[in-house]
Amino acid sequence: MTPTDELEPMTQANLAPYDAPNAAGYFGDYGGRFVAETLMHALDELTAVFEELQGDAAFRAEFEQDLSRYVGRPTPLYRAERLARHAGGAAICLKREDLNHTGAHKINNTVGQALLARRMGKTRIIAETGAGQHGVATATVAARMGLECHVYMGAEDIRRQSLNVYRMKLLGAEVIPVNSGSRTLKDAMNEAMRDWVTHVDHTHYIIGSVAGPHPYPLLVREFQSVIGVEARAQCLEQEGRLPDLLVACVGGGSNAMGLFHPFVDDEGVDMVGVEAGGLGLATGEHAAPLNAGNPGVLHGARTYVMDDEDGQIVPTHSISAGLDYPGVGPEHSHWKDIGRARYGSVTDEEALAAFRLLNRTEGIMPALESSHAIAYAVAEAARRPASDLIVVNLSGRGDKDIGTVAEVDGIEL
Amino acid sequence: MTATRLVRCLAALKGAERKALNTFITAGDPTKAATVPAMHALVRGGADIIELGVPFSDPEADGPAIQLSSERALAEGTTLREVLDMVAAFRTSDTATPVLLMGYLNVLLKMGLAEFASAAGRAGADGVIVVNLPPEEAADVKELLAAQGMDLVLLAAPTTTPERARMIASVASGFLYYVSFRGTTGANLLDPKAVGQSVTRLREATELPILVGFGIRDGDSARRVAALADGVVVGTALVTTMGEAPPDEIPARLEAQVRSLRQALDA
Ligand SMILES: Cc1ncc(COP(=O)(O)O)c(C=O)c1O
Repeated sequence: MTPTDELEPMTQANLAPYDAPNAAGYFGDYGGRFVAETLMHALDELTAVFEELQGDAAFRAEFEQDLSRYVGRPTPLYRAERLARHAGGAAICLKREDLNHTGAHKINNTVGQALLARRMGKTRIIAETGAGQHGVATATVAARMGLECHVYMGAEDIRRQSLNVYRMKLLGAEVIPVNSGSRTLKDAMNEAMRDWVTHVDHTHYIIGSVAGPHPYPLLVREFQSVIGVEARAQCLEQEGRLPDLLVACVGGGSNAMGLFHPFVDDEGVDMVGVEAGGLGLATGEHAAPLNAGNPGVLHGARTYVMDDEDGQIVPTHSISAGLDYPGVGPEHSHWKDIGRARYGSVTDEEALAAFRLLNRTEGIMPALESSHAIAYAVAEAARRPASDLIVVNLSGRGDKDIGTVAEVDGIEL
Repeated sequence: MTATRLVRCLAALKGAERKALNTFITAGDPTKAATVPAMHALVRGGADIIELGVPFSDPEADGPAIQLSSERALAEGTTLREVLDMVAAFRTSDTATPVLLMGYLNVLLKMGLAEFASAAGRAGADGVIVVNLPPEEAADVKELLAAQGMDLVLLAAPTTTPERARMIASVASGFLYYVSFRGTTGANLLDPKAVGQSVTRLREATELPILVGFGIRDGDSARRVAALADGVVVGTALVTTMGEAPPDEIPARLEAQVRSLRQALDA
């Protein structure tokens, strides 16, 4: 595990309310739009529709009603007493995104984007997926709205997340295997962009994280921020205070940004995003661009990426398909640089141990992605006094990962 | 400011009432040694301009043929510096044919845009096309290239609004590259009638020559599209040859393929 450096105390200068991105979609130096000309008009259109609907009370009401009656929100904020006792230190609360319909935070975003697609009159939905959670969440909203749905998924991910592949098919989506490159999430995203360029007139591309060209990082953040809005209110109501620390795993960064953003102006609340340390940062076999990468341009945005000395994107590794991505949402790159959040990493092995630990101590099976956040939070809790409060985003449930864990255990299911 | 080699080339073609034939291959595909002889073969066949693809691991706007060519070039370990060396080697015996570098932004950023512009200028490159660099983001690159006497060619697409077309035209130099359809390179979606209407509209936004690319695969499609514009770009058809031909036959096959395109354009 790589812990993060201590956070610099906030200075007077950065006390102004946070208002990124700017009109061009920049979070500081990061973000923007770096796509083929064919897509620029679609991005302009999407930006305009999103801005219009943000101020539209009827749209907000419909989104909120879908979140409560279809997704099952609000999700609980649960105090994990036995987990905290095991860690020995700070109190730990889990934001239970695993209890959402379809089992992860991803549906908050797809419900919102499906409403956008309908407003734009698009009849077809495409998505990329890694772990399959975003694919399932997209196929779900497409089924509910009667929209055609194609999901791109790396061939390697199809192998390790076969349960979700079948779920998508049952939901009526077509899952298209991607055999180019490393055959994981980044390649699925390339292929989805190629599809979108070809069918842009009637197709909406539901990007699954706070990544991609403007306005995606903004609109996905806005749809996911329900996580942090709820968690903040629940903390105040149940614990009578704000938390000292927020912890979330970071693949593209949507569950982390969804939790973090509503706390951005709460000075005393520290935030840590946890990247996939894979076999260890020193081995190069990881998916931790904020820890071990550098600024670059990938999938439409300027952001931290993992590339080689010639600017070629390098293969990544993580036991969790949802974190196995060489880029990250641009707002996280900005927050890393300005110090509003810190970014650590957790190895495959540590994540697996946390997966088992949460099963045994709390009767909760976390997704392997979320297990990275659990591992980090447990280690951090041990270093903090009992009076501290840590909120961890339990971004998804782990049923989809049972096969992977069994494989590690040498058990054939 | 003196006209760039690209601008002079296009002006001469226009004066002679000829259509520009712009040919694309990927540098380092299928081997590094193949590229410079292939460039000369394109010129012998009748190409006016060469677009040299800089391979990238994630060519998100390209279809399967150019993706595979990029993979072959990267499997050979082709780097941007080596691509520039190829341009310099080509220049030792051809000082007339404009060479444009075409690729994705991350590779250029890694070298540093200023360093890239001066190295490309020194090597004898004449311009750059960056697939994922829209005009809004292009100001710095344009200035750096202009300082080296190089052009920044920008793309326009069927989805480009008249307003955007004017903005693109105000930033671009050399020529406007009109992407003939919504899709990736090499797709079979060419519709000459729609291209004609779009080029006519584009003319209202720009004085720059307009070259049309994507989906032009043979003499017939080249001739039909060139009639509507100032020239054509042919990539996938040539790149497919590079991938399929036995290595020692590549120059002869490319030359013959380009010659048939040339003849169709000049007929
Ligand atoms: C449960 C879960 N958590 C986290 C992630 C990572 O995505 P993000 O960083 O956008 O939250 C995924 C992605 O598939 C996921 O399924």
